[in-house]
Amino acid sequence: MATAESDKTGLSSKGKYKVIGTRPIRPDGVDKVTGRARYGADIRLSGMLHGAILRSPYAHARIKSIDTSKAEQLEGVYAVITHKDFPDASDKIAELGEGSVNLKHLSSNVLADDKVLYKGHAVAAVAAETTHLAYEALDLIEVEYEPLTPVLDVRKAMQDDAPILHENQRMEDMSPDATTSDKPTNIYKKFFFEQGDPDAAFEKAHIVVEREFTTATVHQGYIEPHAATAVWSAEGKVTLYTCTQGTFTVRQQVAELLGLPLSYVKVIPTEIGGGFGGKIRVYIDPVAVALARKSGRPVKVVMDRASVFEATGPTPGSWIRMKLGVDAQGKIVAGDTEIAFESGAYPVSPIGAGCMCVFSCYDIPDGRIIGYDVCVNKPHSAAYRAPGSTQVAFATESVVDEICEKLGMDPIEFRLKNASVEGTRRVDGVAYPRIGLVETIEAIRDSEHYQTPLAGPNRGRGVASGYWMNAGLKSSVTATVNGDGKVSLVEGSTDIGGSRASIAMQFAETLGIPMEDVVPAVVDTDSVGYTDVTGGSRVTYATGWAAYEAALDVQRQLCDRAAEFWEVDSSEVTYDKEDAAVKGPDGKSFGFVELAEKVTQASEPVVGRGVSNHNEPGGAFGTHAVDVEVDPETGKVKILRYTAAQDVGTAIHPSYVEGQVQGGVVQGIGWALNEEYFYDEAGVMRNASYLDYRVPTCYDLPMIDPILVEVPNPGHPYGVRGVGEVPIAPPPAAIANAIYQAVGVRMRHLPMSPPHVLHEILKKEG
Amino acid sequence: MAKKRVVTTKINGRPVEFLCEPRQTLLEVLRENLDMIGTKEGCSNGNCGACTILIDGKAVDSCLVLAVEAEGMNIETIEGVASADGLHPLQQAFLEEAALQCGICTPGLIMSAKALLAQNPDPTEEEIRFALAGNLCRCTGYDKIVRAVQSAAKMGCASAAK
Amino acid sequence: MKDFEYEAPVSLATAIEQIAAGNGSVKVLAGGTDLIDHIRTGRLTPSLVVDVKKIPELNVLEINSDGLRLGASVSCASVYGNEDICRDYSALSDSCHIIGGIQIQNRASVGGNLCNSGPAADSIPSLIALDATCVIAGPQGTREIAAEDFCTAPGKNVLESGELLVELVMPARPAKSGSHYLRFIPRNEMDIAVVGVGASVMLDETGETIQSARIGIGAAAPTPLFAKEASELLTGLPANEESFAKAAAAAQEIVTPIDDMRGTVEFRTHVTGVLTKRALHVAVERARKS
Repeated sequence: MATAESDKTGLSSKGKYKVIGTRPIRPDGVDKVTGRARYGADIRLSGMLHGAILRSPYAHARIKSIDTSKAEQLEGVYAVITHKDFPDASDKIAELGEGSVNLKHLSSNVLADDKVLYKGHAVAAVAAETTHLAYEALDLIEVEYEPLTPVLDVRKAMQDDAPILHENQRMEDMSPDATTSDKPTNIYKKFFFEQGDPDAAFEKAHIVVEREFTTATVHQGYIEPHAATAVWSAEGKVTLYTCTQGTFTVRQQVAELLGLPLSYVKVIPTEIGGGFGGKIRVYIDPVAVALARKSGRPVKVVMDRASVFEATGPTPGSWIRMKLGVDAQGKIVAGDTEIAFESGAYPVSPIGAGCMCVFSCYDIPDGRIIGYDVCVNKPHSAAYRAPGSTQVAFATESVVDEICEKLGMDPIEFRLKNASVEGTRRVDGVAYPRIGLVETIEAIRDSEHYQTPLAGPNRGRGVASGYWMNAGLKSSVTATVNGDGKVSLVEGSTDIGGSRASIAMQFAETLGIPMEDVVPAVVDTDSVGYTDVTGGSRVTYATGWAAYEAALDVQRQLCDRAAEFWEVDSSEVTYDKEDAAVKGPDGKSFGFVELAEKVTQASEPVVGRGVSNHNEPGGAFGTHAVDVEVDPETGKVKILRYTAAQDVGTAIHPSYVEGQVQGGVVQGIGWALNEEYFYDEAGVMRNASYLDYRVPTCYDLPMIDPILVEVPNPGHPYGVRGVGEVPIAPPPAAIANAIYQAVGVRMRHLPMSPPHVLHEILKKEG
Repeated sequence: MAKKRVVTTKINGRPVEFLCEPRQTLLEVLRENLDMIGTKEGCSNGNCGACTILIDGKAVDSCLVLAVEAEGMNIETIEGVASADGLHPLQQAFLEEAALQCGICTPGLIMSAKALLAQNPDPTEEEIRFALAGNLCRCTGYDKIVRAVQSAAKMGCASAAK
Repeated sequence: MKDFEYEAPVSLATAIEQIAAGNGSVKVLAGGTDLIDHIRTGRLTPSLVVDVKKIPELNVLEINSDGLRLGASVSCASVYGNEDICRDYSALSDSCHIIGGIQIQNRASVGGNLCNSGPAADSIPSLIALDATCVIAGPQGTREIAAEDFCTAPGKNVLESGELLVELVMPARPAKSGSHYLRFIPRNEMDIAVVGVGASVMLDETGETIQSARIGIGAAAPTPLFAKEASELLTGLPANEESFAKAAAAAQEIVTPIDDMRGTVEFRTHVTGVLTKRALHVAVERARKS
């Protein structure tokens, strides 16, 4: 029996495939351009009530009492809940695919228990006939707080005399000289990785550069606020409509928090208006479920934009000390870094990933990485596109640029000399399989952009690389062959940016049928096998692989059916994907459509099944070049030109791969230049709106030129690597390096907003 | 509570009468009262453009219009952009150029682009970027959106839009 | 959103009656781009909202040899859509073209921007530079006040309970005059001014000497400022960068900015000087071409 096995050894997708590498219109596209697609807030059920959430005005306070009686008495109010409406959660850790969460913390984050830990922390919730009424009822809830001093800065939070968020928290120390202490601390965990003898290696280095960096808290900024609608059945089962990156993790979290059997929770995914890692952990879903149970009516809860900023996962602000040493030839000999991430109100942050990414692009024989996960009075940090990688790339790539300057070496030449390749062992211990970092550096070197000299005053060019490890995890799909020769492809990965297309294309490729003949459906948790989150750049890799397996299963079943029809042994029948046909002895042949029709009429249905749980997602690298112009009188940075080269493994649908690169770059530009949580001393975010939390607009940017480098991942049938996350990592460093070239100031704080850049310029001018 | 008002408008070419409270925004009435969920809510304070509709041909954020103000107005929403003959050139161009990822900002962007092309059938890249600055997209980096509008303009979108 | 009543009077007299009867819990709605958000978030809780867009006096847009009359509810888009305004009152059209995005400009009015009285309001420095007079109607009749005297504190102004801004009147612009407004924002659109400067100049017939100038500054003090010294010192000076720098230095003297999420004291003070020079430079170029 023939399979697509031979595809595993392929090198480049060009000309190799029928469907992969083409640019068909995405299956969900028409609904999305006509306004028919239903997103989280678009759900309407008969008898539905509207929920609203009361939030803490304090960044840090003890809750002394909550009196909900007046709110309950308001005409049109059906239910009021507080933390007491949730069962006691255990200290169990739940794995969410891209990060994990302690259920006790999750429960207290959803509705505060005895303390509020950030401004905007949810305290109580109301379900009422209209949203307006629900908000009026919130004003009638009386909460007595005992305000406590907040701590907002990661380094201050690490000090011995800092206000403590969790009295029972003790630091878990992974370093070899760890000592145990019974002192409460905001440091949840100290990570430690060491390779070789970095101290001795620094002694012998020709040049050593050591710098400190800070980055502000930033938000994923998805345009669709969180929205969830819950409805209970009479037998005690609940159905939840929600916009999430992972229906199964929502099911798990909701079941755990409310003490329900997993299988009594059915999660129906709506379309999702962006997530970037921020729509994995639950916030309002358990609230909607609890309100629906208490009121006996369907309840919809939709967050307002300010709450999205104030109370859903931003990504950590950070402090990083970065030290690198090189020999006289420009070879890195040693690295040493300390990284402290704000995990926010609860542990954990993506610090672990930050430690894995910090030296990822370079061969560093002797190195040390220390990481701290630190609680501060800000919302609990969450994953955000390559979580942890952007902060550390800013530090590493800025110091690399400074070393290049001291060496008088071209930054491309330096990177080629030091780049990680197959076999390089990272300081945290991982050895790379075949990767494509060198190819991305070469692609930038050879690009028209890099080959064109940049002219004009106050202009500069910067280069930086970045990494993300990508994820594999679990996916399931089923495929039903219909009598018309088309296939219904049922999948569990919510489609955040075109994955219906990229999955259907791999399925179609495997059968040799047109992508348009595959009809994908993203379904609820009762209707498809377990599927992990849409995150970690894993969907095209892992759900694509499941679809590939399902297509092979369809091949097998079609061969078996044909063998029955021809009355021959199935070993004599093969599937020919070039012709999309089943072939038997003596020139017997059934076209796919023909056999589908015949099977439907006269045989058992053909239902393919595919699952995947592979964990060789093939880390991905990108190298970027940017030209900027700085207004030396105002410090404003204009992006003139941007080129991003990335090893994408195999570009299944090149347009959406390009789109991932372009979108990631622009989020990185926003992080670099203007985005930040601006807190006052009381811990109140002063810019919780799109007015003053400044994500880039169309008018701030040039076209973003992607270069897709295809070094197929040996760990996937079609060579797929995740592509979504890497492109956010290099931009801040690339832009900082460009600013230095333009006006001679080294920016070591993000964002590099005009006041900061101007301050450095004025300082330099004296 | 304030008395509800009857408001008479034209929506997507057809007369529509609705009952609303003075405190309801036009966005809320479109979505909640009229079940026209194609117009999206992203921020409710005029900073993201997801709720962009056309009033008398002009792009406005429907979150910053009271529904009672709509009396006598001619309203166009995303639901009225495609016709029985098929998609509008802008919609077709968004699909062909892969100008959407999550798609939540797409209806608003199409409405803003439609207003632009009606007024300026052959805009420069700069003019397109200026006209769409009030519509945030967090997924695409805007590159393919700008190209889609350029492509729709080439297809003679303005004449097709009439 | 808190409950409120809504009226949309078609005559000025009715509007004034309704506003006066509301005892201060009335808010006037023109474009609504600020007001509706203030009500939604509970920063304002009016019992009555009076929509003034149907009142003819507030929709006046007249430009003739006497100058410009601009009704208080005329939208920003109508202002920059008027070629005569763009030519003769460029600073004002500059302002209107950068308030919010196009969706906002199609609704927001200059009158509303003024009455909202934000320190960073983009139209106010231009109104000051163009020597605008505010015409106010109320139960006691009509009164007038200079644009620079209209705002009294952040979000506060001279309007008494029951009063309504009807129109803005600007004197005619003679030959060899020009104006410009520019602001500093971190992005290129959709932001609130970190500093904004409007400047108007009149040159002699050679175009080389400044006969008079007016400079308005926003976002650098609790209210928009008329930079009187900076404006007056330019009289009789050559229209060159050296003179602009003198005015810039004088402008920097009068600002009292704050540190906030949009900028620092250091930044705002420095940029006040930078923008003053740039605004004068463009205003002079425009004057020479006029």
